[in-house]
Amino acid sequence: MGPFLLVAIQVDLYDRLALRLEKDLVNMVGKKKAKGVLIDISAVNIVDSFMGRILVNITRMSKILGAHTVVVGMQPAVAITLIELGLPMSGIQSALNVEKGMELLQRKCFGLE
Amino acid sequence: MQIRKTMVILNKEVITIKSEQDAVFFRNRVTEHAVKIRMTLINQTKLLTAASELLRNMLRYAGTGIVVCEVLSALNLKTGIRLTFIDKGPGIKNLEEAMKDGFSTTKSLGIGLPGAKRLVNEFEIESSMEKGTSVMILKWQNV
Repeated sequence: MGPFLLVAIQVDLYDRLALRLEKDLVNMVGKKKAKGVLIDISAVNIVDSFMGRILVNITRMSKILGAHTVVVGMQPAVAITLIELGLPMSGIQSALNVEKGMELLQRKCFGLE
Repeated sequence: MQIRKTMVILNKEVITIKSEQDAVFFRNRVTEHAVKIRMTLINQTKLLTAASELLRNMLRYAGTGIVVCEVLSALNLKTGIRLTFIDKGPGIKNLEEAMKDGFSTTKSLGIGLPGAKRLVNEFEIESSMEKGTSVMILKWQNV
């Protein structure tokens, strides 16, 4: 995928799996020298405080390695729940779907912004 | 508790929680019940997210426990799901503190308990060092 890493989460994650995703993904950013990471969570039904924190962590760690992260496809019910839960999702860039997310990454990575 | 007396339990199930993997099975069971009573998607999401927070607390602090999952009907007017998380863990020292946003004895964000409470219609917590902790949450199908 050129300078971008694409991850689609297709299963309901439990904590240990989410931690492994975080580790594997950040390792991959370093290994592939990725400039951008796109995480598709359209198949994810629940984002609780742990999962939310993992997403924030991935974003922060990737940033240190020089890559932008965009989270795409969040279900509206999940977004509403996250806000009511009170999770600070600061620093997370998101987009409606994969296409919009790719556009955002391209703009961020190739100097149009 | 006037409301309690008018509630009828339509279905009751006890799910044993021993490890994180049980959480996936548990979520699926709750989802099945929620779909059956035609709970709105947004309420399903809120209930499952609250349940996920409480299940994590149970696993983190007590290691194991049980969840009583009940389908309730109140006056035949509304149907909902009540989940009671019971563990024999160390108990919560200061409940008042634990219910505050940002309070945590571990390095977590400390929004689990207060956050879960915000997501459901009813929330009750009891905890003692001798007996452990019991948390009840209730979500109606479309309220």
